[in-house]
Amino acid sequence: MEQILSFISTHREMIYFIILAVFVGVEVIGHVPSVLHTPLMSGANAIHGVVVVGAIIVMLDTDASNYISLTLGTVAVILGTLNVVGGFVVTDRMLDMFKKK
Amino acid sequence: MTQYILEIAYLIASITFIIGLKMMSNPKKARQGNLIAAAGMTIAIIGTIFLYSKEGLTSRDNIKMILIFGGIAAGTIIGWLTAKKVQMTKMPELVSMFNGMGGACAALIGLMEFHHSVGQTSTMITVLAGMIIGSVSFSGSIIAYLKLNGAMAKPIRLPKYNIINTIVMFALFAFAAYVVVSGTDSSTMLYLLFAAALFYGILFVIPIGGADMPVVISLLNSFTGLAAAFGGFLYDNKVMLTGGILVGSAGTLLTIVMCKAMNRSLFSVIFGSFGGTTAAADGAEVAGSIKDISTTDVAVLMNYSKRVVIVPGYGLAVAQAQHIIHELELLLEERGVEVKYAIHPVAGRMPGHMNVLLAESNVDYGKMVEMDEINSEFEQTDVVLVVGANDVVNPAAKTDPSSPIYGMPILDVEKAKHIIVNKRSMSAGYAGIENLLFYDPKTSMFFGDAKKALTALVAELKTM
Repeated sequence: MEQILSFISTHREMIYFIILAVFVGVEVIGHVPSVLHTPLMSGANAIHGVVVVGAIIVMLDTDASNYISLTLGTVAVILGTLNVVGGFVVTDRMLDMFKKK
Repeated sequence: MTQYILEIAYLIASITFIIGLKMMSNPKKARQGNLIAAAGMTIAIIGTIFLYSKEGLTSRDNIKMILIFGGIAAGTIIGWLTAKKVQMTKMPELVSMFNGMGGACAALIGLMEFHHSVGQTSTMITVLAGMIIGSVSFSGSIIAYLKLNGAMAKPIRLPKYNIINTIVMFALFAFAAYVVVSGTDSSTMLYLLFAAALFYGILFVIPIGGADMPVVISLLNSFTGLAAAFGGFLYDNKVMLTGGILVGSAGTLLTIVMCKAMNRSLFSVIFGSFGGTTAAADGAEVAGSIKDISTTDVAVLMNYSKRVVIVPGYGLAVAQAQHIIHELELLLEERGVEVKYAIHPVAGRMPGHMNVLLAESNVDYGKMVEMDEINSEFEQTDVVLVVGANDVVNPAAKTDPSSPIYGMPILDVEKAKHIIVNKRSMSAGYAGIENLLFYDPKTSMFFGDAKKALTALVAELKTM
């Protein structure tokens, strides 16, 4: 019990942050017309590619002689970048069609 | 100093994500919003590469920088080319695939951070949560990709699959809890857990078929968001947190919206699938017979109509018939026929799938009418042309309580004066259910591949 309370206490800013972000997410998406659902899903898909930042951090913090970590890290960076770039480009392509109207 | 600049870069990036998503609610600003979010993402990535530092750990050896930039270059080139080359109709598969890549990235981070976190309970929970959710999202997305791609068209259901899935899910939790509590640093344990999570992802998606696919992709999308958020928690990294949670909550909301459109609970999508009730549906007797119609008759019928409503479905996407249908629309409009498109919220394989497809061929925005609005107009409609849609026009959803889709709101096309259904064959829809509409006396079947059939129809109309 005490562990949980101290966890909440040490991370309270983070917890506030998370709760507020959840509401922002709901609020921001709440008004999207259904016609834009596919590009929205695709755009959101690109945004969670931000996980690539984590992959870069792992790479920077790892020991340069740890080849396993370097290999896994590089694969993670490639996959994360694929998610980001592919996601944004494909969303842009979709939205480009809407813009013509 | 650099740390502060990085914090500001993350703040800017977080704001661009929120603004970008917000702007996507407006068709005119959506593209700009996407670009703003992309710019923010670039700032966050470049900032991390050059400014991130953790005392005693971070170093920027040449080998690491080469690998990071090489990785980014490779990911950019592959991602860019794939996204540019893919056909519009393959969009859902691609979103699913990119989503899986993000999940895999989160899973790999978890694998690498495991050994650094042994002994710290809360850190370990974060690492494993990110790893497990990322893995489930990865393997689930790959299965979703294969299913949409047609490589795995039929849902595969083990006997009592939802009991098995639930057991596997709890076993996975228990296993993860054991790893956390025991404080083990065994790589074998870690990789076993990783494999178990991948396996669960496969089990999770494999039985799901039918109209539920868009819901699953949306759900997996929010899973990856959640995995990214756990990464943010781990590194106390605000941009990963904002990005991850925004997508997590937005994805969940979108998932719920889609479930509502089908009048099913998320629980029944995940645990029930369509499997639980198909036995009853198979028993439903089909009365009456079908009649088919020639191209000429369809042309005549449409030519002398006042109002025509087109109901597009996945078949339209498969046949790449979006351009020819627009041509048909223009031709009919020229002759004074009013043409509208009725868009069911879950038509196709993703929400808004049909809108994107029709937008590609320059169909006017205002002509795509949503279900609630168009349903009251079917009674005054002369001809409804159903192209490659099935479950979304199945009256069994209203009349047959034993049907697996019972309760799903559908397009009331049976109220129109004539219904023409273009289909390749009499096979059942994606949900695998017989469609009573086809046996309706007002319905005529216009068999053939959507593109070929419509091309012939347009040619025929031009001669009139």
